Amino acid sequence: MSKLNINGQTLELDFDADTPLLWVLREQAGLTGTKYGCGIARCGACTVHVDGQPMRSCVVPASAFGPAQAITTIEGLSPDSSHPVQQAWLELDVPQCGYCQSGMIMAASALLDGNPNPTDADIDANMTNICRCGTLQRVRRGIHRAAEIKAQGKTA
Amino acid sequence: MNRPGSIQPPDDLGDARAATDMAWAVQRADRQALGGSGGSARAPAIGALSRRRFLVGAAAAGAGLSLGVLNPRTAAASASATADEVNAWVVIKPDDSVVIRIARSEMGQGTLTGLAQMVAEELDCDWSKVDWEYPSPRQNLLRDRVWRSFATGGSRGIRGSHQYVREGGAAARLMLVEAAAGRWQVSAAECSAANSIITHKPSGRTLTYGAVANDAAKLAPPLEVKLKDPKDWKLIGQPVKRLDTADKLNGKQVFGADIQLPGMLNAAVSACPVFGGARKRFDAAKVAAMPGVKGVVPLDNNAVAVVADTWWRAQKALKALPIEWDFGDGGSLSQADIIARLDEGLTAETPLIGNQSGDARAALESAETLVEATYSYPYLNHATMEPMNATARWTEDFCEVWCPTQNGEAAHAGAAEAAGLPLEQVEVHKVHLGGGFGRRGAPDYVRQAVLIAKQFPGTPVKLLWSREEDMMQGFFHPITKARVRGGLDADGKLEALHLRVSGQSILAGLMPNRLADGVDFATFQGLLPEGDQRISYRVENLLVDHAMRNTHIRPGFWRGVNVNQNAVYMECFLDELAHAAGTDALAFREPLMRSNPRGWAVLQAVAERSGWASRQEDGRHLGLAVFHAFGSDVAACAEVTVEADDALRIKRIVAATDPGFCVNPQQTEAQVEGSFVYGLSALLYGECTVRDGQIEQRNFDTFPSLQISQMPEVETLVMPSGGFWGGVGEPTIAVAAPAVLNAIFAATGKRCREVPLKRSGLKFA
Ligand code: FES
Ligand code: FES
Repeated sequence: MSKLNINGQTLELDFDADTPLLWVLREQAGLTGTKYGCGIARCGACTVHVDGQPMRSCVVPASAFGPAQAITTIEGLSPDSSHPVQQAWLELDVPQCGYCQSGMIMAASALLDGNPNPTDADIDANMTNICRCGTLQRVRRGIHRAAEIKAQGKTA
Repeated sequence: MNRPGSIQPPDDLGDARAATDMAWAVQRADRQALGGSGGSARAPAIGALSRRRFLVGAAAAGAGLSLGVLNPRTAAASASATADEVNAWVVIKPDDSVVIRIARSEMGQGTLTGLAQMVAEELDCDWSKVDWEYPSPRQNLLRDRVWRSFATGGSRGIRGSHQYVREGGAAARLMLVEAAAGRWQVSAAECSAANSIITHKPSGRTLTYGAVANDAAKLAPPLEVKLKDPKDWKLIGQPVKRLDTADKLNGKQVFGADIQLPGMLNAAVSACPVFGGARKRFDAAKVAAMPGVKGVVPLDNNAVAVVADTWWRAQKALKALPIEWDFGDGGSLSQADIIARLDEGLTAETPLIGNQSGDARAALESAETLVEATYSYPYLNHATMEPMNATARWTEDFCEVWCPTQNGEAAHAGAAEAAGLPLEQVEVHKVHLGGGFGRRGAPDYVRQAVLIAKQFPGTPVKLLWSREEDMMQGFFHPITKARVRGGLDADGKLEALHLRVSGQSILAGLMPNRLADGVDFATFQGLLPEGDQRISYRVENLLVDHAMRNTHIRPGFWRGVNVNQNAVYMECFLDELAHAAGTDALAFREPLMRSNPRGWAVLQAVAERSGWASRQEDGRHLGLAVFHAFGSDVAACAEVTVEADDALRIKRIVAATDPGFCVNPQQTEAQVEGSFVYGLSALLYGECTVRDGQIEQRNFDTFPSLQISQMPEVETLVMPSGGFWGGVGEPTIAVAAPAVLNAIFAATGKRCREVPLKRSGLKFA
């Protein structure tokens, strides 16, 4: 049994030491919002936050983490889909099939945490997730819109 | 008339018959493999593990047969005839909420919302109260196919069902009004309905749909329904939001890969890496003691699965499992052999003609100027973001399956065949797809899941393919090359064109019964004389033919199917001809498009919007393309820059589409943008190559997809001219690649005729 801090809760989970965080989240913690797309850190579908930093969970063993690290998955991004990125995504109908979108949203929210008003160049440099449905243009708009929503939230 | 009247373009591809054929073809391929190398294929009885191990967990699966994974918010509503079901398409609850039944599959393309708009339009219900659910293929069977086809492909989800779906909504409306009139004891003619409220006009009394739904359900359906005139549509044509977004923002959306059932086991699979090959032997004892492993299951004669408590453990054991394959004949084939085969076909004799008028060969001989070019377009994997998967629970008398599928009925048939049960004793729960693009019309992975579950009676087993398995076991976009020759007269006018396609046929590989005297008309999409896939130009002397050169690689319908390469061949070559004629590429096309006003309209629109006329003064490099695909006319104008270091940037693409009627313009825009990402990923780096009979690319490191930094700004002009129903999900993919290639020529003076561009020397950001 190992302790992991996931979405603000400390969970005791039983897994083999080499199991990637992705599969512990999906199969032991039952949090299937984080997706498997490639398993080699090339698609971003498995992106979660570890202490606020985006991380591709398919290539890091869960045993590398302990209760001191705060792991946030899409399920824990906000209690009610009210995160600015989620609001912007809803407003612009960003998802198509939706399979890549957990990872997109986690990558976008991490970008905005570090850079509240990213330029297109910042987005180009930081958003390397792929989307086979091709939502990229709306993802870009969504990030700009989320930045606005976030700024309004601060002044309000 | 260009051709004898016998040509039937296969415009029902992707619909029920094609998909059923495909289900059949997949089984046939398996059986062929079985017969083909039977001698060496020992069929080990469940490896070295005892049968008892395979029953582990059976007792734990206590859940009944009602574990349907429909839309979770409406899961309580079963799609069987219920009291609140006004008819097969419409359920109305006492609280006035409306559940619209959707037979086609949602895989990102927005069909679900579009179809709901169509029903709701005729129903005149309150859109804000609309939810949806999938009926199951078994319910369709038991109810005499009341929902007709479940097939979702060929950009036909809406255009193949708009009539009867709208009629379903209109009939329900009539029944609701009649029920209210009955309640009031007045004539239905004195009542009107709008926004889920029925009003008795003379008295001003009102009733809501929810109040009369039960009464309405008891009425006989109307014998005749009249659909609204398109000018009276309030909901069709509106950019309403999708109905299925909320759960995709917070992790709640359950995809097939996310299914969790009590006591469920997980399976990982490996099939022979060479199509047509077989399994020789495997050593289950080597992995039997690995943590969590419950069993090793041979499937058909060409695959083996490992079952464990978790997928990660199953996949890990699968990797450790020694498996020996018999690669069969395909194992000796490599990319160079395939290319040589295609090259031979470029000039070979062939009787397979798709479009012919005048005498192209003779006219080419005598032409003032002869232009010739050879192009190529590779194998491609669909690479849906969610790998193939299915979950099955089998008992001797019932089998239940949860799967993402583009064709519920084909999945149902495939599952029943694998289960060894009649269709009535098999239920398929459709789950949202993490992408389809044509790949999930085939039920191969569904069959596998059922075959595995059969070894664990009563226990649900989820099969998930690794990305590597998904890349190898695809239905690949066929490989082709084309030799195109054009003849110009002294005035630079096109008088003869011969477009020879050499390469693989999808129908020959998947459904040979659909060939017409050996001709695969799907090969000629966008080049046929008439119909949904007709050519955009009139050329006096025209020959479009096909040297069919097949390989053991399994072909399939890949978003846009054959318009991808046909548009490159046609539109890039027209650009070459215009250049040879010293004419502007737009002006060059004009005389060829006089009988195609819709095609010309979309082409002109993108040219105008892009500033085509002033491009030279502005120093901008633009490329044009126009095509007719899946019943729609589409065009694109791309702008690129190529820097001194050969760095290519696709700056902007203006696209236009005329799908006749447009159900939801904002979703149409999303499809145009999405199709460009898919098509440009293929243009820049897609390509699956063959080595020793196997597909070489195994993951996104060698099969990359467009990133946001490479995404051009896309502007979409939705230009519905009315009067017909054209496709939306696929058509525009045709024009992205040729428009960009033509723009690259404008920027560099160099022709790139080989897709993908990764070997062209150009660099991408
Ligand atoms: S699954 Fe982790 S990056 Fe693709
Ligand atoms: S929305 Fe389908 S892969 Fe991104």
